[in-house]
Amino acid sequence: MLRLKRQSIDNEYLTGLLFVGPWILGFLLWVVYPVGSSIYLSLCAYDGMRPPQFIGLQNYRAIFADPEFYVSLKNTFYIILIGVPVSLFFSLSLAMMLNQRRRGISIYRTLIYLPCLTPVVAMSVLWMWLFNPDYGLINVGIRSFNGWLTSLGLGFLSLPAPGWFSDPTWAKPALIIMGLWGVGGTMLIFLAGLQDVPRSLHEAAEIDGAGWWRRQVHITLPMLSPVIFYNGIMGFIGGFQYFTQAYVISGGGGGPEQSTLFYALSLFNNAFPHWRMGYASAQAWILFFITLVLTLIVFRVSARRVYYQGG
Amino acid sequence: MNRRSADAIVSVTGHASLLALSIVFALPFAWLVSTSLKPPAQIFSSSPNWLPSPVCWQNYVEAVNTIPFIRYAWNTIFVALTSTFATLFSCSLVAYGFAVVRWRWSRPLFLVMLATVMLPGQVTMIPVFIIFKNLGWVGSYRPLIIPAFFSTAFFVFLLMQFFRTIPRDLIDVARIDGCSHFDIYWRLVLPLSRPALMVVAFFTFTAAWNDFLGPLIYLNDDRMYTLSIGLQQFVSQHAAEWHLLMAASTIMIVPVILLFLFMQKTFVEGIHLSGLKA
Repeated sequence: MLRLKRQSIDNEYLTGLLFVGPWILGFLLWVVYPVGSSIYLSLCAYDGMRPPQFIGLQNYRAIFADPEFYVSLKNTFYIILIGVPVSLFFSLSLAMMLNQRRRGISIYRTLIYLPCLTPVVAMSVLWMWLFNPDYGLINVGIRSFNGWLTSLGLGFLSLPAPGWFSDPTWAKPALIIMGLWGVGGTMLIFLAGLQDVPRSLHEAAEIDGAGWWRRQVHITLPMLSPVIFYNGIMGFIGGFQYFTQAYVISGGGGGPEQSTLFYALSLFNNAFPHWRMGYASAQAWILFFITLVLTLIVFRVSARRVYYQGG
Repeated sequence: MNRRSADAIVSVTGHASLLALSIVFALPFAWLVSTSLKPPAQIFSSSPNWLPSPVCWQNYVEAVNTIPFIRYAWNTIFVALTSTFATLFSCSLVAYGFAVVRWRWSRPLFLVMLATVMLPGQVTMIPVFIIFKNLGWVGSYRPLIIPAFFSTAFFVFLLMQFFRTIPRDLIDVARIDGCSHFDIYWRLVLPLSRPALMVVAFFTFTAAWNDFLGPLIYLNDDRMYTLSIGLQQFVSQHAAEWHLLMAASTIMIVPVILLFLFMQKTFVEGIHLSGLKA
């Protein structure tokens, strides 16, 4: 009996290793080796052809002296500090509206979820057309709305019809608006979280005379805080990876006037069209440290504000 | 009576606001399809018009011929399907190894796997490119497919959550009856996990279908492009031909949405059972 047990534990050990084997191999091939190699390359001049030449911290010094680095950082922070909170607020509001029991609710949920399945390249092309300054649906709509206001003598309320993606001040807001259309995934996670809030809490508060607004602020929001936190962190990490939309809309250049030159786009451009791979590796490590430090800060700050049910 | 009519008003305004919201979300799709069917002359008008007249189905034919979209669609389907099967196989194996097999290193290795999620893809992007370049694989589909054989942390985690809901007794009984772990994995756990596997399949397939960065880095022969690169090239070469661009975008979007609607029921079940919703 004892022998059998020991034998089976030894076997499990080997089977476990065999089952997890693909991941272990992948971890060594696609993580351990590349991380080591990337640290070394960030200290080298390397064009992807000739052997890397060790140059110490020169890449890092060059990055901190490069105005493009600060522009890309500023653009990225714009998305993180404005885009992420706006989209969290919007998707939470949507989830609250969709968290009711009524006929046909699943059709509404599906309709509002669907846009987030649109491939990012196709979504960007579609919104380039919607935001077309002259003939796009949005500006055409704004102009006829303005015409209607003027006919009522309310012309002073007219909305601006800017150049959106072709105007440096409006390119990032346009990207954020486009992002709001594809907010379905975040909305779905909020919706699931809302459905986990015990009804009894709301009912008890209602009996005690708490109105709708007070119940949302004092019950829903605290109960939902882990989900808000999770979505916030994901949005924040996603902000640093912001790439495809900007690449498609600006044709890779980050224009107009570098207004859509995000960090990930600048890094990609250095690595591939320009073959400055040592420099781009150093950019990647700076990105890593910025994300790490900010994530730790976010965890610290929110530790006291996040409530874990039964935790 | 008063109360009831108040309820009715609330209900009607509730429906009205949900309906308005859904319409706002559906408008871009409507504009997409409407533009894709308009004759070129009708596109550049400064008042909103929704109904194409005449309806130009030939826009689709023209879009598909201007850029070899059928070929790109096949390329994309090939990459997406192979990487989906590779991901299903590798992730379910690894998830079984972490969730079902009991061995000493399971926990620490699992924590290492979770930690790798925090590593931005940009850090490993360049060395991984150099590996594939040295293997002579740049310009082939291999860099887009081979990594799928080594599993993805997120899907491993999702499948583990699901495998843990399978009663342990079932597995122990099978063990005592002399089944090997591979038998249990193949004949018991996989068939029981169909909904979760479908969720993983759907996510992997659409991720590969939508992927832009991978093909942008690794594909350089325009006959091998996937839809996302093809569409991006289309934009840079035919910037003002919106009717064709919208037709091409529709071709890329519709399969994903149909796939979702088709799988929706399994999908909801899978998300529910795997505890993903938390």
